[in-house]
Amino acid sequence: MSARKPVLEIRGLRTQFFLREGIVTALDGIDLTIYENESVGIVGETGCGKSMTAYSILRLVPHPGRITAGSIKYKGIELTTLDLDRMRSVRGTEISMIFQDASTALDPVFTVGSQLDEVISLHQGIYEKVALEKKVVEALELVRIAAPKEVMEMYPHELSGGMKQRVMIALALSCSPSMLIADEPTTALDVTIQGQILKLLKALVAKTGSSMMLITHNLGIVAETCDRICVMYAGRIVEDAETFELFEHPRHPYTAGLLTAFPKLGEKKDELSVIKGTVPDLMNPFKGCPFVDRCGKAMDVCSKHRPSRVEISRGHYVSCHLWSGGEPSDG
Amino acid sequence: MADLASYVIRKMLLAIPIILLATLIVFLMLYLTPGDPITALAPPHASVEELDAIRDKYGLNDPPYVQYGLFLWRLVHGDLGISIGAATRNLDVSGLIVQRLPRTLELMGIGLGMSYSLGIPLGVFSALRHNTLGDRSVMVFTLLAYAMPSFWLGILLMLLFAVELGWLPIEGTTGGFGSIILPAMTLGLGNAALTTRMMRSSMLEVIRQDYITQLRSRGLPEKEIIYRHALKNAILPVITVIGLDIGWFIGGSVVVETVFQWPGIGMLITTSISNSDFPVVQGCILVLAFFVIAGNLFADILYAYVDPRVRLG
Repeated sequence: MSARKPVLEIRGLRTQFFLREGIVTALDGIDLTIYENESVGIVGETGCGKSMTAYSILRLVPHPGRITAGSIKYKGIELTTLDLDRMRSVRGTEISMIFQDASTALDPVFTVGSQLDEVISLHQGIYEKVALEKKVVEALELVRIAAPKEVMEMYPHELSGGMKQRVMIALALSCSPSMLIADEPTTALDVTIQGQILKLLKALVAKTGSSMMLITHNLGIVAETCDRICVMYAGRIVEDAETFELFEHPRHPYTAGLLTAFPKLGEKKDELSVIKGTVPDLMNPFKGCPFVDRCGKAMDVCSKHRPSRVEISRGHYVSCHLWSGGEPSDG
Repeated sequence: MADLASYVIRKMLLAIPIILLATLIVFLMLYLTPGDPITALAPPHASVEELDAIRDKYGLNDPPYVQYGLFLWRLVHGDLGISIGAATRNLDVSGLIVQRLPRTLELMGIGLGMSYSLGIPLGVFSALRHNTLGDRSVMVFTLLAYAMPSFWLGILLMLLFAVELGWLPIEGTTGGFGSIILPAMTLGLGNAALTTRMMRSSMLEVIRQDYITQLRSRGLPEKEIIYRHALKNAILPVITVIGLDIGWFIGGSVVVETVFQWPGIGMLITTSISNSDFPVVQGCILVLAFFVIAGNLFADILYAYVDPRVRLG
């Protein structure tokens, strides 16, 4: 495992929003490594910082937010301090992103073909019409669009939701990036199309040999698609393990809660399990563990000190005082 | 593009009933406005019989639908009747209008051009510098420009540029291109302010859209994102109101032409109204109504051309 080359290494990433009402710490010390050919799922509830992690990697954090601490290394290049011109050449060619809702994330007044043209000619320097069209057709064929020539001439509103997401994937993969970030790529689709798109993504990632970061709140999706899962809560990664290991031995009370809340086929329950309480207000900095108010196993130390990240078994990391023996964190 | 062609044809067919309605309203004006044009034509102290003879001559004793039918019949032949005003008695109304129309079109064209070439860049500038000093100054300027009534603004501009500085002619058309600047500015400034505000809010909305972030994530240069993608999306609301703008400009031209003694349709209307010259007023209003309809049609087509989603409806 250690022989694999890391593609993306995030250390102590902190992203904050400077609002008039105060500072919101959206990401608070994210540590995450993604290796070559690896699919990593980022799971957590709405507002826990999943998407913000993606935006931070591409340096697309919307105003008034910005990265205030930590480092993001892509193949050894520090992205947080890279100048904008070089950052632009990383975007799209090296790291590419698929957005949640393709119906709002494609420009409505340009044809599918011209949107692909733009990206391909920019990054691959192809301007000649015939060659460009060939590339566009290839990109659309890659995402299994049956009639690429017709689809090229269409505007996004003329396509179905699943087709739009395929176009989005074609856009993201058109310049063969080594790292693909998929931000809830199937949330806006209905269930049958979800399955198709996930299968397609999985196959394409395997084919192109790129790494993938899949952001979702659906545990079923990550279980099927990802090698490893990171569970996020209130801007932190609370647990990080191989998919099978995490589902078998969830160590963090939050992960355990999530898994119990996920209904299983064939299981009869009168009431769905829930994790009681709500996500803490990210505007108030907390000293201890952010989950303390909702945790059934909370101890005195939990509200006082931030738990450190410990490796409890090979490749299985957890940030919880139950596992670190109540030792305060150094960070 | 086939859908665009069918859209254009549909819109043109829809314009026909609107034009008919406009002719009906213009025709009814004669009945709805106070004053009897016949008294202006008749000699002083004319008897009832004499008045009736004049009415007969102009067909005013026929039933209204016959009159309207004849009015339409003449209209499609380009005959708008003859003037009954004292200074232009018995002259062709269409001739009078043809003489004046280019002046008004010129004024409106330059006024519209000024308002968009000022309003669109200013709006984009403001949106890209949201909440900075530059943005705030532009907003203050638009508030002032929009709040000033055009006759007053016209007089102020005259005082500054013609009387104090002497750069431009004060009124009339004798100064060549220089003489159109002040009236066109007076006509266009309010609309420039409105366009600036629309463009700004539209641009602010567009640059927060997902597709702009998506384009950034592809590594496209910021210039291309703003001037190719964001601008094309943000300009849509401005295009929708071009038709309304033209109507607004026509109303404005009546005032501005009077203030600057600009011999266009607007001035023709004001003088004809004071002379009770009904055929000329009718003709002018009909022509202006036609231009409003044509302007709206143009805006609809332009909108569909820029935004493919519109063509479906």
